[in-house]
Amino acid sequence: MSIRVYIPRDAAALSVGAEAVAEAFRREAAARGQTVEIIRNGSRGMLWLEPLVEVETAQGRIAYGPVSARDVASLLESGALQGGDHALRLGPTDQLDWMKRQQRLTFERIGVIDPLSLSDYCAHGGLKGLKAALTMAPADVVEQVRLSGLRGRGGAGFPAGIKWKTVHDAAADRKYVVCNADEGDSGTFADRMIFEGDPFMLIEGMAIAAYAVGAAKGFIYLRSEYPHAATAMESAIRSAEKAGWIGRDAFGKGRNFDLELRIGAGAYICGEETSLLESLEGKRGLVRAKPPLPALSGLFGKPTLINNVLTLAAVPYILAEGAKSYADFGMGRSRGTLPVQLGGNVLHGGLIELAFGISLREIIEGFGGGTASGRPIRAVQVGGPLGAYLAEKELDMPMDYETLAANRAMLGHGGIVVFDDTVDMAKMARFAFHFCAKESCGKCTPCRIGATRGEETVDKIIAGTNVEANIAIVRDLCDVMTAGSLCAHGGLTPMPVLSAIDRFPEDFIPAERKTAAE
Amino acid sequence: MTVPVAWDENLANELINERSGLEGAMLPILHALQEKFGYVDSRAVAIVANTLNVSRAEVFGTISFYHDFKRQPPLGRTIKLCRAEACQARGAEELAAHLEKSEGVQIDGGYHNGVRVETAFCLGNCALGPNALFDGELFGKLDPQSLRELFAAASRKAGARQ
Repeated sequence: MSIRVYIPRDAAALSVGAEAVAEAFRREAAARGQTVEIIRNGSRGMLWLEPLVEVETAQGRIAYGPVSARDVASLLESGALQGGDHALRLGPTDQLDWMKRQQRLTFERIGVIDPLSLSDYCAHGGLKGLKAALTMAPADVVEQVRLSGLRGRGGAGFPAGIKWKTVHDAAADRKYVVCNADEGDSGTFADRMIFEGDPFMLIEGMAIAAYAVGAAKGFIYLRSEYPHAATAMESAIRSAEKAGWIGRDAFGKGRNFDLELRIGAGAYICGEETSLLESLEGKRGLVRAKPPLPALSGLFGKPTLINNVLTLAAVPYILAEGAKSYADFGMGRSRGTLPVQLGGNVLHGGLIELAFGISLREIIEGFGGGTASGRPIRAVQVGGPLGAYLAEKELDMPMDYETLAANRAMLGHGGIVVFDDTVDMAKMARFAFHFCAKESCGKCTPCRIGATRGEETVDKIIAGTNVEANIAIVRDLCDVMTAGSLCAHGGLTPMPVLSAIDRFPEDFIPAERKTAAE
Repeated sequence: MTVPVAWDENLANELINERSGLEGAMLPILHALQEKFGYVDSRAVAIVANTLNVSRAEVFGTISFYHDFKRQPPLGRTIKLCRAEACQARGAEELAAHLEKSEGVQIDGGYHNGVRVETAFCLGNCALGPNALFDGELFGKLDPQSLRELFAAASRKAGARQ
């Protein structure tokens, strides 16, 4: 009998040699006359342990990691295929502290199943949501999503049910469902992990959405920086079509649902929903003025439901287990779970899915184990490049939409980037402007010109020229950008800039900059 | 990655026509041209414009908006080096400076030994940075040595093709 060995094909695992490890397992097992069945799963999200190899035994799956290709021979010698002891043995995967402390709903199957096997997907609860949805009236599906309290996970946190209802109620000959997978925020990788670890879940979520709002066509807009995710999703779409749960007559009674994967072309701004729609239409990714809302006049002027990957991926669970079961997680107006992505200078980085309300400190210190460099934490950026920098003393703040907003910060897509005490916050403020300028679509003046002027002005502050006056200019500029930009790109760039100035003023004072440099 | 071929109008026509029926066909067409030829030739602009019934200005506007579309044939290979916040927190800037010094390459500048190093903002591997993307493969936990090795490997690949 062949023994099942799981070696991730997640890009994070591949980036640290998972392909060579899989190759070594094949070669070394064959040399010993042992038959192994290697399954290329997604990642469990314990990224510091990648490549994480799991062996299926009578006692469950036993984890070893981080495994390099040259460890494979010694693993086999010590009976790893039977779960034997080895320096890299971590124990049963389910019993690992990191896994045990999570509440995984969206990420339940990721790392567990073969991402491209439809039968594996169904054996682990997949497709239950779509099947349940198809027995209901579309309006009732929308109502379930509303009752679940699900809010857009892309950053804005808009209630998904209301968006769905708007598209559902709009009368049109054609409607679209669009998945925003232009995950460009630094510090975020949950979307990528879903594409590579459980692509059918997203397809199922989109099919439910299409059925609910009455759309016959769906587009997934994926960024071009994710080639592995694209390959996995293409393959999953083909399988889902073959199995008949998307495509012609997918929802019965002649109702079709065609799904297409589209690849972006390296423009961060296309993560903004109206810019994304322009890009899908084949134009420059210029942001549109709202109204009209995309829900009423979106892609090609038709009512369009556009949601983030994590939002759509949460939907199959809600339909399968009921809205209440999802809403039971979380706190206040932040219901359900949040897949947190912990990265940057952190010892144990990765994916942590938990109900809203856990504190940043529990995540960064409890899960993350502090910095990778071993130096003290100084700053933490939450919510991507447009999110605020928080100081170490603020880490007891719970993670939910409202608390962060009350502290002039935002949750964004749930990414947390940790910096140690070597960080220069004036440089980070400069970078925020630089990034804004580089990725601005150029349509509105506050963003297009403001970002460039901001970068120049921070340069003057760094050089020690008229510091007080120039900080006043930056604040003024930030006012204009916040109030006058067409979209969140220019509108939120002031958040990292001002949070750096307000929370780390010492980095902007020339005398102290000079002392720090000595 | 497929090796780019020299501009061929018939081939371009074929790639464009195959995709002209798609809804919002522009990006899929431009990607196909870029992938086949390694860039989007200016001679393609009029063909795309005619096929999609849009102005040449609109086609050119789209090409010039996106970082991925190149307007000149590649002179070698490209490494995308992530320099966004999470990689910065893990030393990406020091790494970039080191590469510039040790290899004499200028990031976002021209080709050096057949390789161009381009800034990327996030490759989605933020717990294992600094990262680079080359030839469709992601490289994590880069340090000065492994980045130099990647650069050398890219340089060899560029040389092997010419």
